[in-house]
Amino acid sequence: MSHRTIKKPRLVIIGNGMAGARLIEDVLAANPYLFEIVVFGDEPYGNYNRILLSNVLNGSQDPKEIFLNPLAWYAENGVTLHAGKRISRIDREAKCVHSDDLTVSYDYLVIATGSKPFVPPIPGTSLDGVFVFRTLDDCQKIAEYASGCRSAVVIGGGLLGLEAAKGLMTHDVAVTVVEMAPWLMSVQLDEVGGRVLGDTIAQMGIAAKTGASTKEFIGDARVKGVRFADGSELSADMVVISAGIRPNIDLAKEAGITCERAIVVDDQLRTNDPAIFSVGECVQHRGMIYGLVAPLWEQTKTLASILTGKNPEAAYLGSKIATKLKVMGVELASMGRIADLRPTDEVVQFSEPSRNVYWKAIIRDSKINAACLLGDLTPADDLMRMFQSGAAAPERRMELFFGGRTDAKETSLADLPDCHQVCDCNGVTKGKIVEAINAGKCTVPGVGKATRAGTGCGSCKKMVKGLIEAVAGGVKADPSESWYVPAVPMDKVTLMAEVKRRKLKSVSAVLRELGTSVDEKSKNGLASLLKGTWGTEYIDERDARFINDRVHANIQNDGTFSVIPRMYGGVTTADDLIRIGEVAKKYEVRMVKVTGGQRIDLLGITKEDLPKVWADLGMPSGYAYTKALRTVKTCVGSEFCRYGTNDSTALGIALEKRYQGFEFPAKVKLGVSGCPRNCAESTVKDVGIVATEGGDWEISVGGAAGAHVRKSDVLCRVKTQAEAIQIIGRFLIYYRDNAKWLERTYDFVPRIGLEKLKEILVDDSLGLGVQLDAEVEKTAAAYVDPWLERHQPVYAGQFEPVRRIDLPVLS
Amino acid sequence: MSLTIERPTPYVPVCDLDALPVGLGRAFEIAGHEVAIFRNREGKVFASVNQCPHKQGPLADGMLAGDQIVCPFHAFRFHSDTGECDQQGVCEVEIFPVEIRGNQVRIALPVNP
Ligand code: SRM
Ligand SMILES: Cc1cc2nc3c(=O)[nH]c(=O)nc-3n(C[C@H](O)[C@H](O)[C@H](O)COP(=O)(O)OP(=O)(O)OC[C@H]3O[C@@H](n4cnc5c(N)ncnc54)[C@H](O)[C@@H]3O)c2cc1C
Ligand code: SF4
Ligand code: FES
Repeated sequence: MSHRTIKKPRLVIIGNGMAGARLIEDVLAANPYLFEIVVFGDEPYGNYNRILLSNVLNGSQDPKEIFLNPLAWYAENGVTLHAGKRISRIDREAKCVHSDDLTVSYDYLVIATGSKPFVPPIPGTSLDGVFVFRTLDDCQKIAEYASGCRSAVVIGGGLLGLEAAKGLMTHDVAVTVVEMAPWLMSVQLDEVGGRVLGDTIAQMGIAAKTGASTKEFIGDARVKGVRFADGSELSADMVVISAGIRPNIDLAKEAGITCERAIVVDDQLRTNDPAIFSVGECVQHRGMIYGLVAPLWEQTKTLASILTGKNPEAAYLGSKIATKLKVMGVELASMGRIADLRPTDEVVQFSEPSRNVYWKAIIRDSKINAACLLGDLTPADDLMRMFQSGAAAPERRMELFFGGRTDAKETSLADLPDCHQVCDCNGVTKGKIVEAINAGKCTVPGVGKATRAGTGCGSCKKMVKGLIEAVAGGVKADPSESWYVPAVPMDKVTLMAEVKRRKLKSVSAVLRELGTSVDEKSKNGLASLLKGTWGTEYIDERDARFINDRVHANIQNDGTFSVIPRMYGGVTTADDLIRIGEVAKKYEVRMVKVTGGQRIDLLGITKEDLPKVWADLGMPSGYAYTKALRTVKTCVGSEFCRYGTNDSTALGIALEKRYQGFEFPAKVKLGVSGCPRNCAESTVKDVGIVATEGGDWEISVGGAAGAHVRKSDVLCRVKTQAEAIQIIGRFLIYYRDNAKWLERTYDFVPRIGLEKLKEILVDDSLGLGVQLDAEVEKTAAAYVDPWLERHQPVYAGQFEPVRRIDLPVLS
Repeated sequence: MSLTIERPTPYVPVCDLDALPVGLGRAFEIAGHEVAIFRNREGKVFASVNQCPHKQGPLADGMLAGDQIVCPFHAFRFHSDTGECDQQGVCEVEIFPVEIRGNQVRIALPVNP
């Protein structure tokens, strides 16, 4: 068979926003091989979720997290993306588009240029500190400028204006929202609703000035305030204009494509030029321009069917606008146009002012024509379904809001057809979500990753959770949730068995034989596991370890390191203190600090000074930088304290000497207190030991008081120091060998269960005792103070400073 | 408006291959440029600027995930060929061409006119 290259027709898309990129996805889904696809985007990025910009502005999401199609996606799918290239002209005669330095011809052209913020033609809009809010760059500029500001005015009390206001508030700026209409969100809400919203945001500390027409922004270079038509003024360090949007149609207009308020398209999304189509916010279809994403998904889907020939008859007939939004944390559902009220319409209303709840529906010809719900969206799903399907409203109108059934919730979720759209922001149906759940995605973020549901405004997350609960009962959870590390698809027990069976003693060997991917977290986790498994036989590869574990010190925010020597049980001597002082002076240590772990930290040491500092100190490493035994805090105990019943310092020192250098899946901290007054805070330690009034040692495990606070659970009581050391050793090894990577004891103990731990460790029900004791012995024997590497670096440049190459010899 | 003059970028000898630890990076200052040079387990050698664009983490102290550079501070990842962050379009690092001649690691730095 001969092999010929057939030239594919080229599909060019102008605009790489929500609609443009979605169209590519839809086209690829219908037929991945049909077109050569070229897309131009004015913004220098892949495609991100514009809806989530509000989250970026208010700091709840990182810009990284909102990307839908990163650059790699385009490459993987054979799509040519010209990111950061603006199309300046369409040549319909020659069928090509021009940017500054590039001309590309097309067979089919799609214009998806979206819209731009409307900036009212008033003086002062070019002053420093006046912003619009549309792109990722806008977001970053606003956030940067806000850090130097105390007050801000947002022009426009619509959805975006309010989102901007909320974003600014999180930057500690006092915000006033200015709206020309007599109430906020006048498109979605009626007057009462607008007032309810006004009250709600006032409670959040945002002022609103409604019925105000802005005349001018005042200031010299920087904006200083806003002047209104009635002569009043409001001072402001910055202004965000959010006064509506205008479709980007200049390009189309100049090319002679028919435009009215936006680019006019027919039911096939075609312009007056048969080779040119248009989708998104720049489109006017049957007189309507849409400013929300849901209708765009319908448009791109229809257009993809037409372009790929999958369904040449497909038609877009317009969208019924029904959305759930979350504005500043206030739940809002809006369908149809609430302001469109005729004398013959019937209005059903409910309000509950104390909870800021307001519901209103307009019924025309026995059907819901429009509705808005604020503050509580319980009836929203049912109403939306009725609205979308055009079903008759219930005879008893109050059933619109309060349902006829008592168990409405449960039945409605299960009864939903698979094609019911759950996530409006991303157009995800119930069917798609159920599919993902059946594939093992049993968490809301898991479903989100697989389908995007819930990753837009987030208002459908409750529904997703409900579906998971309803569907996932008989579903097996995503197996990767039990893997020890992401790169090796095995739980810890299987992995350890396999490692032993195949005698895999280095991280690279494990990854080579058992790995399916590679990432730094997995390497760290495997290094820890292998060291625990093989002891002295472990083949230590430093590239499998984080910098702290390569140079045995904790990296600081300026690239220097901190040095914390051991101070067993928090007990030191005059000589040691003098030595620490001398070292601190000699190396001009920037800060000498008593830590929360009862020892001393020397902060700000350069990498090349580390070996010298360790040598001068002559003390072993305190392991403050790694997942290992950290400190054993003690109180003074019976040796000095008038209440002490047991010698807590002696036990603490003995424990720390015994278990120093033991590495674990997460850090481990111990505390020993000499009486129930518990001055060493033992009950919030991974292992806590408290002497009882009767002179026993009470041993408890699984405590912490860091990011998580948990009181430890009592494992047992013992009489002697030796017994305490033994049982603690058994616990530590059992934890080391059975915990997930990075799982601290405060999660491990409740996961395994205290009763089970008691049986295994105290009653020795599985007969593991001897084995665990032997493991302690082996691990203790393998301990070598890592700071001894000062004499002999283990890899090139381990402790060397930046190598300077001054005058390069050119060749 | 400024005019940039493109000049060929000569390769500068930096160090012997053995000076680069396997699977890790090392920091250099070469004619004023702060550079991190890495050598991964597969033997690929590559170089980037040594400062992470996020909060100036020292990339030479980072880890490698295959041929991606992982910053030691907050684990942003950068691809060794393009310098792109794994979350594209957010930030990127400059990558410098590297050449191995015999046992010698050589790097091409941008030349400022
Ligand atoms: C130095 C010290 C603060 C101080 O000046 O006192 C400290 C410093 C750090 N702690 Fe801590 N913690 C210090 C005592 C504590 C304590 C108190 C204690 O140990 O009694 C706690 C709460 C107890 C606990 O762990 O339950 C504590 C809970 C944390 C946590 C939260 C852990 C958790 O699972 O809840 C982290 C974050 C982590 O590990 O992921 C953390 C992480 C860190 C790191 C290592 C962050 C990092 O990776 O760079 C800090 C290093 C700072 C630096 O620049 O060197 N540090 N940290 C203390 C060292 C004690 C020591 O002598 O080794
Ligand atoms: C902060 C914010 C929050 C929002 N919240 C919601 C919400 O909760 N729910 C909802 O439904 N909708 C919301 N929206 C609206 C939604 O984002 C838009 O409806 C949607 O982005 C429109 O998609 P589009 O592709 O038509 O336009 P865009 O996403 O704007 O994409 C158009 C792209 O084309 C590019 N472009 C323009 N001209 C050219 C040219 N000549 N050459 C090359 N490229 C060009 C632009 O740079 C842009 O990247 C929100 C919008 C914003 C700004
Ligand atoms: S609490 Fe701990 S981790 Fe946080 S800044 Fe202080 S030392 Fe660093
Ligand atoms: S400084 Fe590099 S990830 Fe933060």
